[in-house]
This record gives sequence, C-alpha cells and structure tokens, in this order.
Amino acid sequence: MPLDMELEAVLRPIQYPMEPYPPKVITLANGKKMVIRQAAREDVPAILKSVHPCLFIERDYYDIVSARLYGELLAWYRYRVKSEYCLMGQVDGYLVGVVNGRMEDEKVGMSYHTLAIDRGLRIGSHLFAAKMEYHMEYLNQESVLIVAESPIGFRRWMIEYPLEVTQIPHELGGGDSYRLTREIYFKAKPRLVAGSRPVPQELMEEAMAEIKFADDDTIRERIAGLKGR
Amino acid sequence: MRDVAIIGAGMIPFGRRDEDTLMDMLAYASMKALDDVGLGDKSVDAVYVANMGGGMLQHQSAIASSLVDRLSLMPAAAETIENGPASGASAVKTGLLAVASGYYNYVLVVGGEKMREVTGWRATDVVATMTHPQAEYPYGITLPGMAGMFTRLYMEKYGVTREQLLAVSLKNQEMGTLNPYAHVEMALDRAGIFDLPEAVVNNPVSADPLHLYDLCPVSDGAAAVVICPLEMAKAGKGGQKSSEHANSKTPVLIAGFGQATDTQTLQERDDPTDLKAVTLAAQHAFEMAKLKPADIDVAELHDAFTILEIAESEHVGFFKKGEGGKAAVAGKTRLGGQIPINLSGGLKARGHPVGATGVAQVVDIVWQLRHELPKTRQVQKARHGLTVNFGGFGNNVLAFVLKRVEL
Repeated sequence: MPLDMELEAVLRPIQYPMEPYPPKVITLANGKKMVIRQAAREDVPAILKSVHPCLFIERDYYDIVSARLYGELLAWYRYRVKSEYCLMGQVDGYLVGVVNGRMEDEKVGMSYHTLAIDRGLRIGSHLFAAKMEYHMEYLNQESVLIVAESPIGFRRWMIEYPLEVTQIPHELGGGDSYRLTREIYFKAKPRLVAGSRPVPQELMEEAMAEIKFADDDTIRERIAGLKGR
Repeated sequence: MRDVAIIGAGMIPFGRRDEDTLMDMLAYASMKALDDVGLGDKSVDAVYVANMGGGMLQHQSAIASSLVDRLSLMPAAAETIENGPASGASAVKTGLLAVASGYYNYVLVVGGEKMREVTGWRATDVVATMTHPQAEYPYGITLPGMAGMFTRLYMEKYGVTREQLLAVSLKNQEMGTLNPYAHVEMALDRAGIFDLPEAVVNNPVSADPLHLYDLCPVSDGAAAVVICPLEMAKAGKGGQKSSEHANSKTPVLIAGFGQATDTQTLQERDDPTDLKAVTLAAQHAFEMAKLKPADIDVAELHDAFTILEIAESEHVGFFKKGEGGKAAVAGKTRLGGQIPINLSGGLKARGHPVGATGVAQVVDIVWQLRHELPKTRQVQKARHGLTVNFGGFGNNVLAFVLKRVEL
C-alpha cells in the first residue's frame, strides 16, 4: 500500500541534527582489522539478516537483545524513532557486530543495544566504546543513559568504565539507568576506546562494497557453539 | 609394587558446555576411555573421580557414587578426590597406588569440572577458596592476583619480560587452534595484543603485570584414563595372553610420580619465587622413573598463567632459573624445539576445568607417546613425557613421568 505522505509527516518524528560518525579501524587480538562505520538507513535490511538468527539463541540473553535490536532497527528504517543511529563492525566485509542508540535530547544520549556476532575478540567492547565516543565526541552530549540486559554487559559497561548509578528510568525499561558522563568517558578513554582514522582506502572500499554476513548456522555456532568464544 | 600402565584415554572437548551436566561430562569422558581400551564395564574394579567445585558450583556431593551408577559400573569401588586444581593428578596417583599395591586391577580415573554455569566472578571466587582461610581469602586474594604478584617478583629476580610471557601465550594459543579438544581455538596476533595501541583494549591488564591473554579461560570439561598392571596391559596388547581387555594400542607406563607440598601462603616461603613443591615433585618422579629432564620428549605443564609455564620449565629442570622465558622466546619449547611444552595448548588454550586438568594433561601425553596425534602436534618418536599439575599456588604439586612401552 502506498504511503500516505501527509500522514507520514505527522507520524515521523522530527530528527535532531546529527554529526556523522567518522569511520575508524581497529586491529583485533587475532590481527584482523575491524572497520567501524555508521550504518545508513538503507543498510538495515542487510543488518537484520545477521540479527535474525540471534533471535533464537537464549545464551547470554542474545534472544532478548537481538529481538529488541531488530525492532529498533526496523523502527528506524521505517521512520518511527527519533534521532536513532546505528554503528556496525565489519571484518573482511563481514558484519561482526552492531550497536545502536539515539539522542534523547541534545544533551542526553540513550544507549540501546550492543550485539557481538563474533565473540572472544572484545568486539562488543570496541563497538560499545565507539557508541560512547559518538555520543561524547561527535554529538557532544553531556551524558548517556545505559542499562545492561546481560551479566556480560553489566561487567563491560557498568564495572569497566565504571558508570554512575542514577534513579532515572531508561527507555528500555528494567532497572534504573546507569550514566556515562563526559568526565567518566574521558577518564576511561585511554584504556577502553581504540582505533585509528582515517581508514585505509582499501579497507573502507571493502566495507562499503557489501555488508557480508555469515550463514545462520555459522552465526549460531559463533555465538552459542560449544566453544562459547 | 606392580608396574602400572595406562591402557585407555579419553577426553571431551573443553569449552562452555551449557547443555551438559557435570555428570554428563564425567560419563562421556569415562565412556571414551573405556571404549578406547575395549574394557567391559563389569571389569572396572574402582573409579576415582577428580572434582574440585561440585559441592560449591553444582551443590552436589558424592560425585563418584553417582558416576558409577550412571555408568552401571557397580559394584566397583568409587571415591571422589578433591585436591584443588591438582585434583586430577591426585586421582591418577590414587588409582596408580591402588593398582600398584595389587589390590585392584582395572581402575577408571576421571576428572571433570563444570565452571561456566556461574559468572566468571563466582568461578574465580570458588577457585580462591583454596587460599588461606584467615590470612588470604578474607582480604580478597584471587589466584590471578596471586599470580600477578608472583610474576612481578619473578620479573624482578630473574628478568622475565612481558615479551617472554607473550611468547608462551602466542605458542599455546596457536597450538589450541590445532587441538579439537581445546576451549580456545583462536590464534593471537602479536600486534593486536602487544604492539599496537589497540592492545590496551584487546589485552587489558588483569592482574598487573599479567594481561588478559596471560590467563587461562574458565572452562567446562572432563578427561579420563583407564589403568591396569603393566603385565596385564602387555597381555591385552596383541592378545598374546588371556586378558579382560581387547586393547591393541600401545600401553603407556606410569614410570614415575612425585608429589610435594609447601606453605599455603606465598609470604611464608623463604623465597616466594622458589616453587619448591614443583622441584621436589619432579625430582621424585624422575628418580622413580630413572630418567632425567633431558630424557623427556614432551611435557604438559600447568600454565594457568603464562608465568607458570616459564617458572615450572625451570623448576623441573628443563632450563636454569632465569632461562625459561628466553627459551620460550627462542622457540625451544615449541614443536621441534629442545623440549616441546604444552602442545595441547595447555591450560591457556585447552582450558582449565580444574578437576579435569591433571587427567587431561596425562591424556595428552598418552596420545603423544602412542604417536596418535596429527603431525602438527606430534613429537616424532616421543618416548618419555612429563606432566606437572599445580595445586594451590604451588602448595600441592604432582608430577608424572610417562613412558611409551615398546612391545
């Protein structure tokens, strides 16, 4: 059914202006280079193909995280979320992780989700750090509100930074928000935020050419396989 | 005392085995070892089960009694052996003595641990219960913390460097990629964990000066061996004489063993860098086997932390004090080197389900001495192997010298 653009104009939230996230490259522990770049709205269908198999993995709350992420990305794709963004990590063109969030207002960021599709390489940590970098250094926000759904997330965000606890409700529900402030971010940055810019041309071209994704079984094996990497 | 041989060996892949209970893992590994030897289940006289944390992690006791029932091995005798991370080797030793004494003929020894059903914090806490209950544990000491302090002292005294620790880490993770039983099958890249700025994030400090990739993972897993008198093992091999087992594989003699203890706390030792129990356990094992360190073709050392592979390689006599780290950098501990160490990937990559480790080390050496491994991990013509299972922080250590039996 064709869109009623008159109605769409009402339904679609007005977006805050958002500076783009400049891509960067990180060498992982296994020597592979991960390009982190901002996803465009038209990338969403390809990203969802990688998120989909995670919906059925109970381990480490992958099902909850991926179900919510799926909905959030779909809502962004169809213009139903205000000022959402998505960053993604690619190794050899393959999608290995996704993070998203949005601007609650000009000063406060709202962290949504972090999904590592390959594990054991701190991909989730790198992507979460990139998300915080985006809020603090490119959107120039004062704080980011964060909750964790898994114990791993709690350890990586709340403990490692460490974040400060608040009594502010989070958009995702659940417990009260933890908060990343500019002071916490810049103190943690030397040990948690990595990567270099600009991304070498050949790596950038490879990442931009196509978002490759592993088949469902491979993704399930990487996340929930016996090795639990 | 009778000579005792290992006639069956089995292991299940280590890792995170959410679908398996502790009993499942013990049973799978046991069946692999029993199948390996072709021993009928009614022939097992006794079962020794190594496990450290079942009471705390699974709220389960009398594990050996449960296992004999699960495997229908009744009326075999059964005991659970708990000796911290050295439980595995303690169980092998108990089985060895039971057979050597002449009381039992066929003994199944199995070690297992299921650690991944709790968070890493809880698992670390459970392992820390082996520390001194008044002098250490209440103050928050953990084994990684203790290893960090030990490493710092070792660096100051013997000049060990991060580069040397890195050499151990890179080697063992590389070997893990070749071992289908290893928990971590991921090769590391020096640049990514050491040279580049990203290394700060990829390989963060865990217990200064130790970093993430200096530590073994927390694992689930199990391993098992079947032992019997050497003479019965020889009878089984080739079927020259009547025997209860149909194994056609080469028996491996437990040629020597040693066990020694030390003070529970490091600070009570005259020199905390001196792992006396490692030295004594290895010496006793070599004396019993009538061999010396230079005779060993392959070793599995207890590298829960990279520093331990270096320190143990010196304390058992492979290298002089202060030379172990240099040897690792020079490739002397790699396949084809002077003394290949931890070709399984060691605890660092194969993983460290604490109750299983001491048995798994023996299993890996048995496979080496039978010449059964792929050439990427097999020491050619290996005849003698050494294992060191390190309990506490070196306060209860067991060593075995194993010998290929040529028939």
